[in-house]
Amino acid sequence: MREPRPPSPGRPAAAHKLRWVSARDRDWDGVRLHVVTGKGGTGKTTLAAALALALASGGKKVLLVEVEGRQGIAQLFDCPPLPYEERRVAVAARGGDVHALAVDAEAALLDYLEMFYGLRRAGQALTRFGVVDFATTIAPGMRDVLLTGKATEAVRRRVRPERAARRGARDEARAPFVYDAVVLDAPPTGRIARFLNVNAEVAGLAKVGPVRNHADRVMEVIRSPETVVHFVTILEEMPVQECLDGIAEVHKAGLNVGGIMVNMVRSPLLDPAGLAEAADGAVDVEAIARGLRAAGLDRPEQVARELSGEVVEHARRLRAETAARERLTAPGRPRYALPHLGEGVDLAGLYRLAEALREQGAA
Amino acid sequence: MSPALDVDALLDDRGTRIIVCCGSGGVGKTTTAAALALRAAERGRHAVVITVDPARRLAQSLGLTELDNTPRRVPVDGGAAGDPPGSLHAMMLDMKRTFDEIVKAHADPERAAQILENPFYQSLSSSFSGTQEYMAMEKLGQLRRSDAWDLIVVDTPPSRSALDFLDAPKRLGRFLDGRLIRFLSTPSKTGAFRLLGAGFGLVTGVVAKVVGAQLLKDVQSFVTAFDAVFGGFQERADQTYRLLQAPGTAFVVVAVPEGDALREASYFVERLDAERMPLAGLVLNRTHRALAPRLSAARGTAAAEALEESGDHPLAASVLRLHAERVQTQARELRLRERFTTAHPGIGVVEVPARPEDVHDIDGLRGIGRSLARTEPADPL
Repeated sequence: MREPRPPSPGRPAAAHKLRWVSARDRDWDGVRLHVVTGKGGTGKTTLAAALALALASGGKKVLLVEVEGRQGIAQLFDCPPLPYEERRVAVAARGGDVHALAVDAEAALLDYLEMFYGLRRAGQALTRFGVVDFATTIAPGMRDVLLTGKATEAVRRRVRPERAARRGARDEARAPFVYDAVVLDAPPTGRIARFLNVNAEVAGLAKVGPVRNHADRVMEVIRSPETVVHFVTILEEMPVQECLDGIAEVHKAGLNVGGIMVNMVRSPLLDPAGLAEAADGAVDVEAIARGLRAAGLDRPEQVARELSGEVVEHARRLRAETAARERLTAPGRPRYALPHLGEGVDLAGLYRLAEALREQGAA
Repeated sequence: MSPALDVDALLDDRGTRIIVCCGSGGVGKTTTAAALALRAAERGRHAVVITVDPARRLAQSLGLTELDNTPRRVPVDGGAAGDPPGSLHAMMLDMKRTFDEIVKAHADPERAAQILENPFYQSLSSSFSGTQEYMAMEKLGQLRRSDAWDLIVVDTPPSRSALDFLDAPKRLGRFLDGRLIRFLSTPSKTGAFRLLGAGFGLVTGVVAKVVGAQLLKDVQSFVTAFDAVFGGFQERADQTYRLLQAPGTAFVVVAVPEGDALREASYFVERLDAERMPLAGLVLNRTHRALAPRLSAARGTAAAEALEESGDHPLAASVLRLHAERVQTQARELRLRERFTTAHPGIGVVEVPARPEDVHDIDGLRGIGRSLARTEPADPL
C-alpha cells in the first residue's frame, strides 16, 4: 500500500463544456475507503458504482457496499438482488473486479456477535426477543455503527495468513489487503455526518462496553487519511446547497472531504454570447426561421417562434447551472463533471461514467 | 388517459381539513405543500402549513428562520377574485421540542425532568428514525384539535422511502409498548418472564454484554418513568392513524417523472388504498414539454444535420438539436406517466412544468399554485 497523502486542493474552473475540470494525476491515491453521499435524486448510487468500476480498472479488486436496503446496486448492474454476501458483480476495464455487498443491519449484528463473541445461538434468541429490532432500528447510532462497521471491516481485512504465506508475506500484518478499495454508497447528504460520526452517536448511549469499543475501532478507520467522503450533486440550487452544507458538516466533524462529483452535466448547445442574450429573452427568431426555411421545414415563422421559447428556457436553466457551478468552487475541493446520459443509466452508461471519472483523475 | 386532479376544487371544499403531501425524497414535497397552502389562503381558507426540513431560502420566503413549533403568520394577498380574505401560517417542525412538549404535558414536573434528562430519551427524541414522522403526525393532531385553522397542509419528512412515514409512527408505538421494552424494564428474577424459560437468562446476559449495563439501566429507568405517565403510546399512534383515515383528509402523492420516484409513488398509492386512506391524486413535478409540438425529434434532428452540413444557419441548427432533445425527454416522461396511470387508472394527475430556476419566494410559490390549478398554460395534454 502506498503512503496516504492528504487530499489535493481544488483546481480552477475554466468556463466551458465538460472541460471545466482539467485532467490530472489520480487524486485519491492512498485512499481505501470512498464514502459517496448526495441528495436524493442526484445519482449517488450510480456514481458510487461508477467510481468502484473506475477504481477497479487495471486489475484492482474493489468492494461496493450499499447500506440502505434498496438493492440499487443489483438494479444498476442488472443482476438478482444481492444477499448478505460479497459477490462479484462486474469486471472493470483493463481487468479488475467489482464485488458488491448489501449490508443489512440485522445480519451485520448477528455477524458481529458471532465474530467477536462466538454467539450465534444467542444471536438467534435475540432476534426472537426483538432485541435485534431494538439495536438496529430503534437506536440509530447502533444501526449506523453496524453498517459502517461492516464497511470498515472490509477495508482492514487482509488475505488469510496461510494464503499470505504462500505469497511470501512474512507475517499477518504484512499480508496484503483483500480489497484495494471499498466504495460505500452512503445515506443522503442530510444524514451523512451523523451516519459517519458513529462515535459521537454511540457515546451518548454507551459510555463503555463492547459497542463503544467497536465504535472506536470503526471511527479510527473513518477518521484516517485512508477515508474520504465524496459528494454527488447536480447543478440545481437545492442539491448544491445541501452539498455545501454537507461538506461543512463533514469537515466540522473532523472527517476528510473528498471530491465533488457534478452529475448530469449537459453541454450547452449555443455559444456563450447567444446564451446570455437568450436568457434575457432576446432570441433572433428571424435567423431561426431562415434556417428552418433553408432546411425545408413547414411554417418556419410559427415554428421559429415556438422554438424560441425553448431556447429561452434552456438559456435560463444554463444560467442557473453556471451560478450553481460557481458556488461549488467555494469549498476548494476537486470537482468532476459527469455527462448527462439521457435515457437513464444502463450498464454501458456506468462504464462511460467510470471512464469519465478516470479521465478526470478521480480514480 | 387519467382524469385531471382538480386542485382548486380540493382547496375550495370546506370539508377538506387536512392535506398530506407525501412522496420520496427530492421530488418537491415541501414546495408543493407551501404552494397549496398559499393558494388555499388566497382563495379564502385559513391555512397552516407544517414543513419538515425545508430548503433554507424557501423557509426564509415563508418568514421561517429557525426550527420553531409555533405557526407564524405569512403575509399574503387577499383573494384574487373578491374572495373573502384568508390567512396563511407556516411552521417548521422541531421534533425534539415536540416530543419534549408531549412529555411535559403528560407528566408531573418532577417526572418530566427525569425523562428529559435520560440519555436514552435524548437519543430517542433526537435521532430515532421514526421520531420525525411520529412528531409530524403528533403536531398535525395537535393543530387539528386546536381548530384554529380550517385547513392544515403537512409536508412529510424526507424519509428513505415514502412508506416510512406511514410505518414509523406505528413502529415507535410498538417499540414503546412492546414486549422487549417491558422485558427490559422488568427486574430479571421476577414476574411472568420467568415463564419464558431458558432463553431468558441468555438474552439478558447478551444484552448487557453487547450494549453495556449502563445503557440497559438507562433504558429501564426511562421505561419506568415513561410508562407511568403514558399508559399507551400505541394508543396515540392509533389515534393519529384514524385521523388520517377520517373524511376531510386528502393525500397528495408527489413525484417527478423518473423511474424511481414513480415506483415509490406507485407503492404509496397501493398502500394508501390498502389502509383505506383517501387519495386526492398525483402531482407530477418538473415535467418537460416541447413548445413546438408538431416538429418531431426525427425531423428536427434531420434538419439540424442538413444545416450543419451546409455550415449555414448555425443558430437554427443548435435550436433544432435542442428541440430534438426536449422532445425525447418529453416522450420518456410520457411513457413513465403512462406506465403509472395504466397501473392506477382513475387517479387524478396534475403536472407542474419544470422551472429554469428554483422557487424561493412567495411569487414563485404562487406560480406553482397556478400550475397546480392548471390556470397557467403549459399542459398540452
